[in-house]
Amino acid sequence: MADIRSDFLGIKSPNPFWLASAPPTDKAYNVVRAFQAGWGGVVWKTLGEEGPPVVNVNGPRYGAIWGADRRLLGLNNIELITDRQLQVNLQEMKQVKRDWPDRAIIASIMVPCEEHAWKAILPLVEETEVDGIELNFGCPHGMSERGMGSAVGQVPEYIEMVARWCKQYTRMPVIVKLTPNITDIRYPARAAKRGGADAVSLINTISSIVSVDLDDFAPQPTIDGKGSHGGYCGPAVKPIALNMVAEIARDPETRGLPISGIGGVTTWRDAAEFMALGAGNVQVCTAAMTYGFKIVQEMITGLSNWMDSKGHQRLEDFIGRATPNVTDWQYLNLNYVTKAHIDQDLCIKCGRCHIACEDTSHQAITNMLDGVRHFEVIEEECVGCNLCVNVCPVQDCITMERLAPGDLDRRTGKVVEPTYANWTTHPNNPMHREAPVQVPEPAE
Amino acid sequence: MAQGQFTDGIVAGRLAPPDYSANFSDLHPPLDQHEALVESDRCYFCYDAPCMQACPTSIDIPLFIREISTGNPLGAAKTIFDQNILGGMCARVCPTETLCEEACVRETAEGKPVQIGRLQRFATDVAMGAGRQFYQRAADTGKSVAIVGAGPAGLACAHRLSMLGHAVTVLDARPKPGGLNEYGIAAYKTPNGFAQAEVDYITGIGGITIENDKALGRDFSVSGLLEEHDAVFLGMGLAGVNALRAEGEEAHNVENAVDFIATLRQASDLSGIRIGRRVVVVGGGMTAVDAAVQARLLGAEEVTIAYRRGRESMNASAFEQDLAASKGVKIRHWVQPRRVLTEGGEVTGVELEYTSFEDGRLSGTGQTLVIEADQVFKAIGQNFVAAPLNGSGEKIAVEGGRIAVDGEGRTTMPRVWAGGDCVGVGEDLTVSAVAQGRDAAMSIHKALIG
Repeated sequence: MADIRSDFLGIKSPNPFWLASAPPTDKAYNVVRAFQAGWGGVVWKTLGEEGPPVVNVNGPRYGAIWGADRRLLGLNNIELITDRQLQVNLQEMKQVKRDWPDRAIIASIMVPCEEHAWKAILPLVEETEVDGIELNFGCPHGMSERGMGSAVGQVPEYIEMVARWCKQYTRMPVIVKLTPNITDIRYPARAAKRGGADAVSLINTISSIVSVDLDDFAPQPTIDGKGSHGGYCGPAVKPIALNMVAEIARDPETRGLPISGIGGVTTWRDAAEFMALGAGNVQVCTAAMTYGFKIVQEMITGLSNWMDSKGHQRLEDFIGRATPNVTDWQYLNLNYVTKAHIDQDLCIKCGRCHIACEDTSHQAITNMLDGVRHFEVIEEECVGCNLCVNVCPVQDCITMERLAPGDLDRRTGKVVEPTYANWTTHPNNPMHREAPVQVPEPAE
Repeated sequence: MAQGQFTDGIVAGRLAPPDYSANFSDLHPPLDQHEALVESDRCYFCYDAPCMQACPTSIDIPLFIREISTGNPLGAAKTIFDQNILGGMCARVCPTETLCEEACVRETAEGKPVQIGRLQRFATDVAMGAGRQFYQRAADTGKSVAIVGAGPAGLACAHRLSMLGHAVTVLDARPKPGGLNEYGIAAYKTPNGFAQAEVDYITGIGGITIENDKALGRDFSVSGLLEEHDAVFLGMGLAGVNALRAEGEEAHNVENAVDFIATLRQASDLSGIRIGRRVVVVGGGMTAVDAAVQARLLGAEEVTIAYRRGRESMNASAFEQDLAASKGVKIRHWVQPRRVLTEGGEVTGVELEYTSFEDGRLSGTGQTLVIEADQVFKAIGQNFVAAPLNGSGEKIAVEGGRIAVDGEGRTTMPRVWAGGDCVGVGEDLTVSAVAQGRDAAMSIHKALIG
C-alpha cells in the first residue's frame, strides 16, 4: 500500500491534497468539514490587515463556462479576501489547528506593500500556531486596484522585498503565491527565491471575462449593469498552470525550489501530473466548490492505487519525474515518426476524425471504403498530428503508432532513421550545426 | 358506473372516466427545456451523420440538435421543416427505433441512441407553439396544381408547391384533412388535436385550399382535374382492407382495424366506444399494434394479436411489440385465422391454425387452436383501390397493386404525379410519404416552370 503522507517544507499532512485559499476555507465551519472529509490541509482564506474588513459585492460573484451536460469547466470570481474580522479568523484558526494537529493549516496573507503592515500581522498569525504562511500576490481583481494581490505579483522587486520582510519577521515557512498574469513566470519565481521564500505556489487565478450578457450587453457576473474582470480557475486553466509549474521546476535559477501546484486540480490524475512536473503537493478549490469536499476520497484512493500499480511507495518516488522530459521544441527528435491508427472494432463511425482531418488538416482519413462508411488512416498523408485522437469520442479508438527505425514513412518516401536528430542540425535551419545540440542535462 | 372489464360482449364504458384520459395521454411526453439540453449534449455532431442518412426526409439532424443545444430551438425547427414540413407529426409517429435512432452512433457505442424523435418534437413544438412561420410564398406563378388526398404526402406536396408560388387545391374524401395522421394512428401518439393543428400550421403559408368530402371517382376525376389545373398529384393512400379469407369473417363483430382506429380518433368521448371483453387482432404491423393496444386501453380484458409468422417478420417494430406487451397485449406468432366462430350471429372465438415454414413456404400445420373472442379486428394490410383512378381514355398504370411512378414521382400519365402509400415505392410510413410528396412537388415545379 503506497504511503501518500506528505512533507512539504517540513509541514506534514496525511495526504498531499490541500484546499487552496478561497471561499471553501473562509471559516472554521468549512475547514472542519473539509478535515472531516479527509483533506490533508488548508490554506485559510486570505487575511487582510487589522481594522474594518473588506466588503464584497452583494450581487453575483461567480461566472462560469460549461462543457457537455453543463459540466463546469471554468469558474470566474470577483470575490475579495476574507470579509470577516481578522481576530475572528485568527481565533478560529488557532482552535482548528489545536483540534486537528495532524492537518496542515497555512495562513494566506495580503496586506499593503509596506514593511510595517507585514511586521504587524505576522506575530498575530504566528500566535495561532498554524504551520506556515502564503503571501497572496496573485488575486487579479479588486485588491490589485489597491496595490495588493497581483499588483505586487507582477513586480518581481516587490515580491522579493515582501518575501524578505516575512522571512525577517517570522520563523514560519513562507510560500509565495504567484499570479499567472505576467509574461514569464520565471521572473517572479526567481524574485521569491531571492527574497528567501521557502516555496512558491501557483497559479492564482487568471484575469478573465467569462461571458457577456447579450440582453444587457454587460460582462458576467453582472452587478447592476456593469461587470469587472474576475479571476479564472477550474479545469480549463490546468494546462496553463502545468506549464508554469514546469517552467519554474526546470529553470536553472529556481530548480529545487519547492512548489505547491494549483490550477484546475479535479482528480487524483491531475494531482499526479502536477507532482510529476515538480509540485510537492497540490491545492484544490474549484473542484470542491463544484462537487463538495467528498471528492478528496476519490483523490486519495486514486493516487494510492495508481502508485501501487506503478510501484511508487512514497510521493517522492514520482515527484519531479516528468520535469527532465520537459524541453524546448528545438530539441525534439525529428526522426520520431508516428501515424494514427484507428481500431475498427472500437470505431463507432461518427466520422469526426475524418471531417477534422479533411477540413482542417491533412486529408489523411477516409470516409468510405467500397461504398461503405469506413474511417481509415491514409498513411501517405498522415503527419501524425494527433488531432483525430483528440476529437474522437471513444477513448483509445485512435492511437498514434510509432514507425520503427528502418520502416518506410509513406508520406515522405524516406526510411525512418534510427538516430536522434533535431532542429539544431536540420538543413532548413539557417543556424544549423553539424553535430546535434543535445538536450541539456535534466533537472535534479 | 363503469361496466368493468368482466362484462361479456361488446360494451362501452368499461373504465371509469379518469382512466380514459390517463390511458390515452401522450405516449412520449414532451421533453422539457432541461431534458432537451441534456439530451442534445449527447449528440456527437457526426460527419455525414448516419441518422441523417437513415431519415427518409434527410433532416440535418446533427445541425438541428446543435441548434437546440445552443439555445436556438427556432433555428432547429427551421432546419427540420426545411426537409420535412410535417416534422412535428413525424417526431411523434416515426418508428425512430428503426430509422434515425437505430443508426445513431451512440446506439453503436452504448446501446442508447440520442433521443432524436423527442428532440425533434421539442424544437417543432417551440416553433408551432409560437405560431412561427418560416416560409413565404414566392411570387405567384399563375400555375395551379390539384392534389388528391390531404394526408402526409398531399400536405407535404401542397406546402412545397405553395412555397414555390403555385396555387394549390387539395381534395380529400374524408370530412377532415390529415389522412392517416387524423384517422389512422393511435390516439396516444398524437393527442390534443395535433393532427389538425399541424394542418393549420402547414396551410398557414397560404395559397392552399382544402376541399373535404370530395372523393375521386365520385365527385371528380383525374381528367377533370387536368382540365382545370396544370398538374395533379395523387396521394390518396390505401382505401381497401385485405380480407382474412377465413370462414365467418362476415360476422358483424369482425371489423377493420383501421375503421376502429378512425372511430376512436374521431370520438369526443372515449367512454362511448364499445369494445369487446376478449379481442383478437389479426395482423403484424403498426395498425395491428395500434388497434390491440387501444383495445386494452379501452378496457378489454384479453387482447391477442395473431400473426402468421415469427417475431422478426412483424412490420411492427420491436419497440411497438414491447409497447403492446407492456400494455398487456398477448402476441401469438405462427398462427393464421381459419374460422371466425359465431353463435347466433355473434362472434364467440377465432379458430387459428399453427403455421410453419416448409420448403421456404409458409403453410398451415393442420393443428388448430381456439381463442375465445367477442370482437375481431382485421389488420393484415391495406390495398390500393384502383377503380376510381381511371375513367375512359388514357390510363394511369398500376404496378404490383399500386400506382407506378418513376424516380421523381411521375405516373405514366403526363402532368400527373403520385406519392405516399398509393405508390409502390418506399416504406408505408408517414415520413416516406412526406419525402415523396415534397420531391414530387419539386418535380412538378420543374415541369411547370421549365
